[in-house]
Amino acid sequence: MTGLDFGVIQRALPFLLEGLALSFFLTAVAMLGGVILGLGLAVIRLSRWKALSILAAGYVNGFRAIPLVLVIFWFYFLVPLALGRSVSALQSVVIAFVLFEAAYYSEIFRAGLQSIRPGQWQAAYACGLGYFQTLRLVVLPQALRNMLPLMITQAVVLFQDTSLVYVISLRDFMTSASIVANRDNRLIETYLFAALVYFVICSIGAASASRLSARWRPA
Amino acid sequence: MNYSWNWSILIQPPYLGWLASGLELTLVISISAWILALIAGTLVGVVGTLPHRIPRMLAATYVDMFRNIPLLLQLFLWFFVVPELLPSRWGFWLKRDLPFPELWTSMLALGLFTSARVAVQVGSGITAVSSGQRMAAVASGMSPAQTYRLVLLPQAFRIVLPPLTSDFLTVFKNSALALTIGVFELTAQSRQIESFTFQGFEAFTAATIVYLVIALLVTFFMRTLERRVALPDTMGAAS
Amino acid sequence: MTKAHIQASRTPAEIVEMPASARVVPISQGRKPMVEISKLYKSYGPIEVLKGCDLVVERGEVVVICGPSGSGKSTLIKCVNGLERFDRGALAVDGVAVGDRASDMTSLRARIGMVFQHFELYPHLTVLQNICLAQVHVLKRSKVEAQAKARALLARVGLPDKEGAYPAQLSGGQQQRVAIARALAMDPVAMLFDEPTSALDPEMIGEVLAVMLELARDGMTMIVVTHEMGFARKAADRVVFMDKGAIVETASTQQFFDEPRAERAKLFLSRILSQ
Ligand SMILES: Nc1ncnc2c1ncn2[C@@H]1O[C@H](COP(=O)(O)OP(=O)(O)OP(=O)(O)O)[C@@H](O)[C@H]1O
Ligand SMILES: [Mg+2]
Repeated sequence: MTGLDFGVIQRALPFLLEGLALSFFLTAVAMLGGVILGLGLAVIRLSRWKALSILAAGYVNGFRAIPLVLVIFWFYFLVPLALGRSVSALQSVVIAFVLFEAAYYSEIFRAGLQSIRPGQWQAAYACGLGYFQTLRLVVLPQALRNMLPLMITQAVVLFQDTSLVYVISLRDFMTSASIVANRDNRLIETYLFAALVYFVICSIGAASASRLSARWRPA
Repeated sequence: MNYSWNWSILIQPPYLGWLASGLELTLVISISAWILALIAGTLVGVVGTLPHRIPRMLAATYVDMFRNIPLLLQLFLWFFVVPELLPSRWGFWLKRDLPFPELWTSMLALGLFTSARVAVQVGSGITAVSSGQRMAAVASGMSPAQTYRLVLLPQAFRIVLPPLTSDFLTVFKNSALALTIGVFELTAQSRQIESFTFQGFEAFTAATIVYLVIALLVTFFMRTLERRVALPDTMGAAS
Repeated sequence: MTKAHIQASRTPAEIVEMPASARVVPISQGRKPMVEISKLYKSYGPIEVLKGCDLVVERGEVVVICGPSGSGKSTLIKCVNGLERFDRGALAVDGVAVGDRASDMTSLRARIGMVFQHFELYPHLTVLQNICLAQVHVLKRSKVEAQAKARALLARVGLPDKEGAYPAQLSGGQQQRVAIARALAMDPVAMLFDEPTSALDPEMIGEVLAVMLELARDGMTMIVVTHEMGFARKAADRVVFMDKGAIVETASTQQFFDEPRAERAKLFLSRILSQ
């Protein structure tokens, strides 16, 4: 092959941007669902209900032990079977990502909740607050400060992980790039461009996470 | 949900053999990538703590490059792009003569990707060793290399051993990405069994259990290692 | 006959009783002083930490440096073995120009022992390994030779039974005595001490000072940053008082305690002695 031709990027830009939009969409949905479910898992895990707590731990450690690709395959296979009808690849992937991310976010929440001194719980109980009131009004607002940088770091990892939907040919940014690369036989230009885009986006995310943690450390 | 179970499929030929060869590839890729990651990551981690600005910046750039690009894309860059950018003789050798190029590429890509994480851990481990230790070593006439090898790194490794466990586990999980460039490791084999037999439940369960067992073994191995290198407890010392 | 031989015939009690002035201080016999510092300047960014310090330490001399916190004592003695760089001035140790690119700092450092406030024993090594490490890797001594030396020194600092212990298993005073042994194992021509007893519980200070006192009596060249005025009285030939990056008084020990000239030194002394 002779010479590089980055014009291919320009011609394929709308298609690539559509893919990028899907990557962002997946990241946002998985993060939202993962945070909500993860918080629930963390609270259960730290609760006094032994059996539930063990179940939650099993959930978290189980998901954290297996590859995301395998999880994607599992749900691609399992969701249609469970619902008894065919579903789109996007639907199965969204479910897979939410359940997978919940395991990781629950670990962040658990560490964050444990970082709050027990005295804070006792002080809130002493004022007559209930368990969930204490959690919502006293503990979470404090824990959130410590957790926010970690949550952003995890979102950056998640954004990179959405590229794995390539294995079921869902057209996110990664898959779109590979389609363009092979269709126009411009592998070098397309993949280098894709790398640049990912690098810039993830660097911004990483930088904001470290700014937050630097600013909040003294607090 | 109507599904006809057939667990015996897992012990029938050729499927059992497929799983076994998949496991073998998963182990080979993961362990060689981990060794590469430990070596490269330690080097970069050390460079990141040198007292001069330029090497520190180089180490930071290395870490950022490997951390901020998805592993899947890195795999494609090494597999499709790098051979084209090399001098043509090397490129041809890589594409034509090197046996199992997809295997070597997976090890390299996964190893370097992981090395960035190891570098961060090792770097923070070295930073966590008090500056007085470096001073004591230098004051006794040790060279910088001796200071790192004899004084700083043995302490840094003990500090970072627990967090490294999770990176070691991640290598095994990430090795599944090798399937995207045609390596039939464990996940790929379970997918193949599913598409041949439509027994996805059994095939994916088998792979899941194997990954869980690997995770347990790795955790056990690292805990044992931690205990082996642990120092005796403090007994009322002043420092 | 060296001083060490003479000393060996004395009993410990005699050593402690003997005033510093009774010692024979070998005045430079045509040789250069051990340490020659002249017009030394150093800044950390905008803050000037050393403002033209001058100090000459003869061979066999014991010099105590004292002064308020932040006056630059640590910085000054770290300059002596090149642990800190200086900006201007000249510094020669044992005839080697420190800060000169051509000088072999590594071999100079191997010949100067240093003892730190926080001991800085290597926590991952046993006491014996701590004392052998630099002997083997810097001086290239054989392991057997290094261990023999280590054991002899452990006996000398009163810890013959601790060679297998890890630093964390020792008390602070024991750790500091091991650290002194570790420095002595390199057969140093001079020893630097940076507040060797200020991290210790009061009941352990004595055991460390006793080791240092014996070392002084054996004729070791020593620069000691300390606020232990009892030690200074007994062991020092001269006392140097630093304040705000400058050496404001240098006097023989007797003169320093009996009639300090600098106002700030007087104030400092009265405060420290009244504690
Ligand atoms: N690495 C550094 N960076 C910036 N300033 C420093 C550094 N090290 C020391 N200083 C400053 O230099 C001055 C002298 O410090 P130095 O440690 O030499 O004082 P000192 O006399 O040993 O005090 P102390 O009795 O507290 O040990 C202090 O004001 C200190 O804050
Ligand atoms: Mg000091």
